Amino acid sequence: MLLSVENLTVRIGKVEPLSGLSFTLDRGEILGLVGESGSGKSLTAMAVTGLLPLIGGRISAGSVVFDGTDLAALPEARLRPYRGKRIALVTQNPMTALDPVQRVGDQVDIMARLHLGMDAKAARARTVDLLNRLRIPESRTVCDAYPHQLSGGMKQRIVIAMALAAEPDLIVADEPTTALDVTVQAQIIHILGELVRERGLALMLITHDMGVVAQVCDRVAVLYAGRLAETREAGPLFARPRHPYTRALIDCIPREGMAPGSLTGIPGLVPSVAQYPAGCRFHPRCLHADAACQQVPEARPQADGGSVSCHHPMEADHG
Amino acid sequence: MAEPLIRAEALEKRFQTGGGLLKKPRAMLAVRGVSLSVERGEVAGVVGESGCGKSTLARLILRLIEPTSGRIHFDGQDLTALSNTDLRRQRRRMAMVFQDPYSSLDPRFTVAEVLAEPFRVQREAPPAGRIAALLDQVGLSAKMADSFPHQLSGGQRQRVGIARALAQAPDFIVLDEPTASLDVSIQAQIIALLSELRQRLGLTYLFISHDLGLVRYFCDRVVVMYLGAVVEVLPRADAAPRHPYTRTLMDSTFAPDPRQRKVLRALEGEIPSAFDLPKGCAFAVRCPRASDACRAARPVLEGGEHPVACFHPF
Ligand SMILES: Nc1ncnc2c1ncn2[C@@H]1O[C@H](COP(=O)(O)OP(=O)(O)OP(=O)(O)O)[C@@H](O)[C@H]1O
Ligand code: SF4
Ligand code: SF4
Ligand SMILES: [Mg+2]
Repeated sequence: MLLSVENLTVRIGKVEPLSGLSFTLDRGEILGLVGESGSGKSLTAMAVTGLLPLIGGRISAGSVVFDGTDLAALPEARLRPYRGKRIALVTQNPMTALDPVQRVGDQVDIMARLHLGMDAKAARARTVDLLNRLRIPESRTVCDAYPHQLSGGMKQRIVIAMALAAEPDLIVADEPTTALDVTVQAQIIHILGELVRERGLALMLITHDMGVVAQVCDRVAVLYAGRLAETREAGPLFARPRHPYTRALIDCIPREGMAPGSLTGIPGLVPSVAQYPAGCRFHPRCLHADAACQQVPEARPQADGGSVSCHHPMEADHG
Repeated sequence: MAEPLIRAEALEKRFQTGGGLLKKPRAMLAVRGVSLSVERGEVAGVVGESGCGKSTLARLILRLIEPTSGRIHFDGQDLTALSNTDLRRQRRRMAMVFQDPYSSLDPRFTVAEVLAEPFRVQREAPPAGRIAALLDQVGLSAKMADSFPHQLSGGQRQRVGIARALAQAPDFIVLDEPTASLDVSIQAQIIALLSELRQRLGLTYLFISHDLGLVRYFCDRVVVMYLGAVVEVLPRADAAPRHPYTRTLMDSTFAPDPRQRKVLRALEGEIPSAFDLPKGCAFAVRCPRASDACRAARPVLEGGEHPVACFHPF
């Protein structure tokens, strides 16, 4: 297993926004991490990529074992060789990753020069190769452009090229296509999927879009208010969601032939960290909540793999 | 057939940019010859990607901006020919809900003040109890009247935006991406609220979105726009698309079901700039069906019940 996260717990000051997450991710696999805004997806990405100190956070319990090494136990200096080199992060806004006054080709080149020790010529050849691979037309000309001369979809492809240039084993992509038009999103999702299969990369794809998850992910981890609700293979998860929250999220997406009025949403809101309810954190919004739900539900392993954290998991077939 | 509530004819909007010290002025047609109608009581959808002119079209229809050419008829009256007084009178029958509930509410105003604003514009005071009734209509408690926008969640703010649109009991509301910045869970709540309001108050909507799946769920008829022009009008939300662009949009919309994974085709070519449209079909560089004819001339929207602007439709 390339990445194995056990009981990951994160503290920022007095609050504990993430509590006891466990999941795994192997080479050649795409894990989708989903949940509403504020459920803790980005913090999970920061914990895995070692960026929590940037926001004054830390891993307070649990482990993040990457290729045999527990990153949570490493001091900052020893984390550095992993970050950017073996573990790359792609974020939602490409402008946070791109330098506005540097030509984009140089920005991609530098990754291979820095992390793989390539000379300028070899690095450029690789950059052009990568841009072609990402179906950027006229890749040599694009190398000479500045970020502001490129469309949003093109900029995001450059950021993905930068992530790929260092030949990482794991890419953590936090909402990489959310800001893009749907036709461009579809292209980028498709390309990411191909790269994972061809190069044996591992991809942790963070998104709030259940459609994107169903399209490309092999496995899914559903996050709610800083805890894992359910994690399973995509097929059974969508066909027979066991956690009421998973089911509710899927039912928020309009589908072909859905009867008018059947889209009702999830009542209420994701609580803020300071107001996480006791017991099952979903209980104030859950249609199946009862007295038992005042206790925190354990993660129960399932016969078809994965686990579900609910006192009353659903069995019935869905859709 | 009765006159539709809204009938837009050959609307065009040209924008100039630049013209400063260093930049040559450039002109672009944000909306190119758009004709469409909205029947009473229906939800008409407009779908397209960023920059296709959806929001400009919305503002033209409400005459919040002046068209470069073309006409808009509202309930049989030509809005482009009305005097300011008459326009103000008609305008209270129309309203708009904006995409971003964060920036469309003035942060210094309380919710009650936001809801009183449309009356102030008409130089009136809100009738007694009207603010509380509006809040109730959108599922907010009367206690919220004294809150400021920053104290509300995104979904609550959008409910205030809807209440503001309802303030003067309009017949027609333009909904410009009202759920685009919300979580799907909240989006679904807002869509449910909008359908309920429509039924209860007999409203007519023009619903603008980039999300074809959502539009097909919520709308009776769907107008598809690409780079400023209408390329297809789906007569029913579930009609099979005939235009290659609408097909591409469909293929890019993923169902929450791994058994229905889409087989994606690589789209060659970049979206052309609205400042520099090709002389033929604007979709030709990305279109799998493009022929020489498509690059030589622009297809026009035609075809009765289910019009499409394409030389080789499905
Ligand atoms: N620096 C911080 N200090 C305190 N709390 C924080 C901080 N960053 C995030 N949080 C809180 O932690 C929780 C999870 O946040 P996170 O940003 O990981 O959510 P997310 O799932 O990525 O949401 P979105 O979909 O909006 O990106 C939220 O309640 C958030 O307000
Ligand atoms: S534990 Fe109870 S409240 Fe939580 S999801 Fe399950 S049924 Fe709902
Ligand atoms: S006119 Fe030609 S290029 Fe344009 S959409 Fe139709 S087939 Fe494609
Ligand atoms: Mg996030």
